[in-house]
Amino acid sequence: MKLLKNVIRLSTGLSTGLSTGLSTGLSISVKAVAVISLMAVLPQAGYAAGGGAELEHFSPVRTDRALQRGARTFMNYCQGCHTADYQRYSRLAEDIGLSDAEMLENMVFTTDANGEQTKVGSLIGSNMSKEYAKTAFGVAPPNLALVSRSRGVDWLYTYMKSFYLDESRPLGANNTVYPNVGMPHVLADLQGWYKPVYHDDGEGHQVLDGFQQVTAGKLTADEYNSTISDLVSFLDYLGDPNREARHSLGIKVMLFLLLFLALAILLKKEYWKDVPHNN
Amino acid sequence: MSKISDTMAWIDERIPLTDTWNKHVGQYYAPKNFNFWYYFGSLALLVLVIQIVTGIFLTMNYKPDGELAFKSVEYIMRDVNWGWLIRYMHSTGASMFFVVVYLHMMRAIMYGSYKKPRELLWIFGMLIYLVLMAEAFMGYLLPWGQMSYWGAQVIISLFGAIPWVGDAITLWLRGDYVVSDATLNRFFALHVIAMPLVLVGLVFVHIIALHEVGSNNPDGNDIKKLKGPDGKPLDGIPFHPYYTVKDLVGVAVFLIIFFAIVFFAPEMGGYFLEHANFVPADPLKTPEHIAPVWYFTPYYAILRAIPIKLLGVIAMFAAIAVLFFLPWIDRNPVRSIRYRSTAYKVILAAFVISFLILGYYGLQPVTPLGTFISRLCSLIYFGFFIALFFISKNEKTKPVPERVNY
Repeated sequence: MKLLKNVIRLSTGLSTGLSTGLSTGLSISVKAVAVISLMAVLPQAGYAAGGGAELEHFSPVRTDRALQRGARTFMNYCQGCHTADYQRYSRLAEDIGLSDAEMLENMVFTTDANGEQTKVGSLIGSNMSKEYAKTAFGVAPPNLALVSRSRGVDWLYTYMKSFYLDESRPLGANNTVYPNVGMPHVLADLQGWYKPVYHDDGEGHQVLDGFQQVTAGKLTADEYNSTISDLVSFLDYLGDPNREARHSLGIKVMLFLLLFLALAILLKKEYWKDVPHNN
Repeated sequence: MSKISDTMAWIDERIPLTDTWNKHVGQYYAPKNFNFWYYFGSLALLVLVIQIVTGIFLTMNYKPDGELAFKSVEYIMRDVNWGWLIRYMHSTGASMFFVVVYLHMMRAIMYGSYKKPRELLWIFGMLIYLVLMAEAFMGYLLPWGQMSYWGAQVIISLFGAIPWVGDAITLWLRGDYVVSDATLNRFFALHVIAMPLVLVGLVFVHIIALHEVGSNNPDGNDIKKLKGPDGKPLDGIPFHPYYTVKDLVGVAVFLIIFFAIVFFAPEMGGYFLEHANFVPADPLKTPEHIAPVWYFTPYYAILRAIPIKLLGVIAMFAAIAVLFFLPWIDRNPVRSIRYRSTAYKVILAAFVISFLILGYYGLQPVTPLGTFISRLCSLIYFGFFIALFFISKNEKTKPVPERVNY
């Protein structure tokens, strides 16, 4: 329900809410909430975000189901051009609750040098060569394994919902978060096409109000939001796959250190009884 | 005689083990009134050990190669068993080293620990600080992210401001016309061998110097002046066991903070690990905003505050160099802030506040207001030393007690 609250706080007016079907998959543990709130109160240094659009707040989810759906979208839509080759398929499978066989059958679409399906222990690469990608897009699409840590999840979430129709661009799409981005709107068949709506702020600046649908896609606005939510949650996982292990070990280490501190204080007091005071 | 004392006697006939232990730990008499500020010396030693041990394990898997460096760090983070823990301990350790060292230096300034007879102790400490900055700067290049790369590019190019030989020096430092694989390799060599070796040597000399003259204390008086019938200082207690058990409390508190960062906020909101450093180094793409890591930013702000590059570079290095001369700039024999004049307290407070504000503006992109405040704070920073030189000459101080306050 925390996610529901956050998703409703939308500024672009694209979304009208969240489909009830999604909330069943969102059982965030108390621990995760505590940790997220901890992270939320920490000061954040600026992310290197291009463009000037206001970002929507997004809280990633770490349930197997959400990550599986996000991984599926990633492998079907993103991996054609982008790699994530710091992470291995087998590690991903283990972390999101799939067997190696399930992983190979459902999510491994890449091939190795011999043209055979990539082994499950390999890094998550892409079938598109860097040279080809450079010719096609002008610049090689970035590795996405760490994009959630360089851009931040808010940026990613807003970015994926800010593509719009722009005939002046070579690939027909532009983005309000990353103006004149080289990337086409890969998910246009799911989202449909939108155009941005601006108003003049009276000082000659165009301010983005939101988006207006031009053509319908396969998904409703709610369904598209939930797809992007899963995808960005997956990218968040990909950027920091050890977070849960880190937090659970961290709590144990903290408990140990508190005990150690208590004993150290008692030990100090015992020894310092002998030290006479001057005044 | 028991077996253990037999063995000890056997060793002591060959090396002075018991003597050394007694001189530096067991019979080293420290003032009994150490307060909060006195934890940071032993904590600095602890962080040094953490950095060396985690550094050794990182070196086992890291590849100092322009093509492989970034990937090898991710390999450590994802594929090496406990690699993420070791790496986060090392990256957090780098920042915490400076936290601890800055507090340690603050202590020395507040209680006048640089004054006679501790001038060399202070100078060795300053050399440690200098080498630590070089060590941290070179280490930050190794992950080969965008901020690693461009940070190094900016800092090395500063040497280009030196007239006539500037370009030759930058070329010599980089080993190439831009920061490149050659730079990465030499920084790796310096980071893992040269600098740590110098650092450990300096720490050794720093401790020897301390134990020769004895520790200062928050009252700034000399505990060796008043000795009991046993010849031991009346206000002194043996370092072991009293300060070993007390420092253990400091260690526990420090480790709680240290591991809270490692486990729950290793990026520390982008201050310990900058967001742009999660993008591999790209010599063709300059990041929108290049900022050094927080512990360098006061000096970076001084550099940017001055419009002429050469003067900025000189001011930046002078800001560090002037600290070396503190024992002679401060002409007042009274050590502790407790017995010094209000004027002194005011200029010291202004100095600390200006240093913190400079640190803040060194992190921010350049704005007219930021530049103005940075200039003001740079003036206060240097003004402190000038004011101190004059104020300390005929300062009205309070009487320093013979015995410590405990």
